[in-house]
This record gives sequence, C-alpha cells and structure tokens, in this order.
Amino acid sequence: MSTNVTLDKLSRQFPRSVVETHTHRGDATAIVRKDEILAICRFLRDDPELAYDFMMDLTAVDYLGKEPRFEVVYHLYSLSKNQRVRIKARVPEADCTIDSIVSIWVAADWFEREVFDLYGIIFNGHPNLKRLLLYEGFEGHPLRKDYPLKKRQPLIGPLN
Amino acid sequence: MGITTAFSTEEPLGGSVVLTKLEAAINWSRKYSFFLYPFATACCAMEFMAVGGPRYDLDRFGAALPRFSPRQADLLMVVGTITHKQAPILVKVYNQMTEPKWVMAFGVCAVSGGFYDNYATVQGIDTLIPVDVYIPGCPPRPEMVLDGLMKLQEKVTKEKWSDWPRGPAPVKMKC
Repeated sequence: MSTNVTLDKLSRQFPRSVVETHTHRGDATAIVRKDEILAICRFLRDDPELAYDFMMDLTAVDYLGKEPRFEVVYHLYSLSKNQRVRIKARVPEADCTIDSIVSIWVAADWFEREVFDLYGIIFNGHPNLKRLLLYEGFEGHPLRKDYPLKKRQPLIGPLN
Repeated sequence: MGITTAFSTEEPLGGSVVLTKLEAAINWSRKYSFFLYPFATACCAMEFMAVGGPRYDLDRFGAALPRFSPRQADLLMVVGTITHKQAPILVKVYNQMTEPKWVMAFGVCAVSGGFYDNYATVQGIDTLIPVDVYIPGCPPRPEMVLDGLMKLQEKVTKEKWSDWPRGPAPVKMKC
C-alpha cells in the first residue's frame, strides 16, 4: 500500500486501469492498462493538486518471454509541487500500439518516435511517426531483445 | 628513406647534375607534402590532436596542414567510429577528393568496427572505400600514428603512375 498522494488519487480516479502501484524510497510508480493512458496523463497534468506539467522521459522496455511483452514508461515531474511519478503502460506484442500523448505534452513527440524506431511500438495519433535515429531502409527494431545480434543491414557496404 | 632513394647516387659532371626518374622525383615530393582531411568522428580525434601538436609534431613528416575541404586534401584520415548513417557522407567525401589520394584508418573502430559489433556501426571502413594504412589501437598511441604515416610514405615511394586514377569508391550510396 502506498501513502503517495498521486498514486492514491490516480487509483481512485481510474480504478479499472491502474493495475498496481508501489513506492520505493519516494519513487512512486503506477502500472496501468494502456487503453486509458491518454485520460490518465491528462488527469495528471490538469488536476490542480498534482499538476505534472513536465514530461521528463518516455521510453520502453522489452520483457521478451513475458506477457504482455512491452512496457512504455513515462517519467513525469511537477515543477510547482516538486513531485515525480513513473507510469508504466503494458503493451502486448499482438496489439503493439498505444495512444500518443503528444496532444498533452508536446515534448513526447521525439521520445515516441525514438521508441517507435527502436522497439516498433506504434503510437496512435502521433503527428509524424517515422524513424528518429535510424535511417530509412533500416530493417527491424534493434532494441527488441529478439533482434539478431549479428544482423547486417542491406544499405551498408559490399562486404557487410 | 629520403633523398637517396629517389635520386641516383651517381654524381655526374662533378655533382652539379642530379639524375632520377620523374616518377621517383614526384613520389618523393608527394610523400613529404600530405594535405590531411581529418574525418574525425570520435575519441580518436583527441589522439589525432596530440599527434598534430608540438610534442609529436606531424609537421616533421610534411603532413601538418589539415584542409577542411576534401577538394584540397590528398590524405583522408578516418579518425573514429563510422556509423551506418555516416557511411554515405564518408563515401561522398572520399569521392570529392582529387587523385592521387590516400586513406588512413585511424583506430580500431575505423579499421574493423572495434568493439562496436552492433546494428549501428560500419564493420571497418574498407567495406566502403579503399584503405592504404590501418592503424589499430583504442586509441592508437601517437608513435603508432607516426609509424603508420611512415609506412604510407614508403608505399607512396613505390607507386607507379599507372596506379592512378583509382576511380570513385566501389559502393554506390545516396547521400
């Protein structure tokens, strides 16, 4: 059980979506279903008591062999309350999509492109979802755990 | 090394005339006037600066003047890791250099990819462009770079006019 204000409010507001919460040494984490991620993020930003106005980081984790396979991780910070929270949204491989939160925090734009680039997770409603770091013609998503270690891309060199 | 390899040791007409082949004389002048293009992408560049600095002093070998336009350079020094995304740029720079031109792979990343055996790194620049001298090391000591440069000078001494032109890089890439 947590005594964290953010997690309590979030669990009360979204009892169906919040799967699990925990705090460890002041690090609050909520694991949520992906369906309501847009509403959850909007609530965290707009609730005057929480006011998470700063999306610090957005990334993903591949738990190959587990179901659901992926987790999209959001790190949020409230400048006025000096509070941080971590939201993890579970994404199954079969339906490898999640709603884009660019409409809430514009900063998410390139983060979501990076996650798409390296993990192949589709962000619904993203204004310009194309590769960010890798180039056009790259095959696969190299930060997936099942990306072959020695795979060579077709673009480069006659001997590669 | 030096003048005796390029020029005859005979001293006709009391030493007032020097006999040599034009090819040998030109090679001799080429090997002491490399114009570098430092294609510096990673930490090896720090070592490149050390080689260029006064303690090790590449200028002693006539290779002191980095040109930051490939069109004015004849020695391409690839100093650091080359990623796949950068590969078309390296090929373009190589193709822009006028002949004769030489390529030095500076450090293991340029030589073979080094420990970056992954999805992003070119496994040796010789998969893209011809390489004359490989200098291993992570990064190489300045002494190794000087040794590599002297090896290149020896190579230039032995070149024939028929070795040129080499033509563009064997890979075709959009850039």
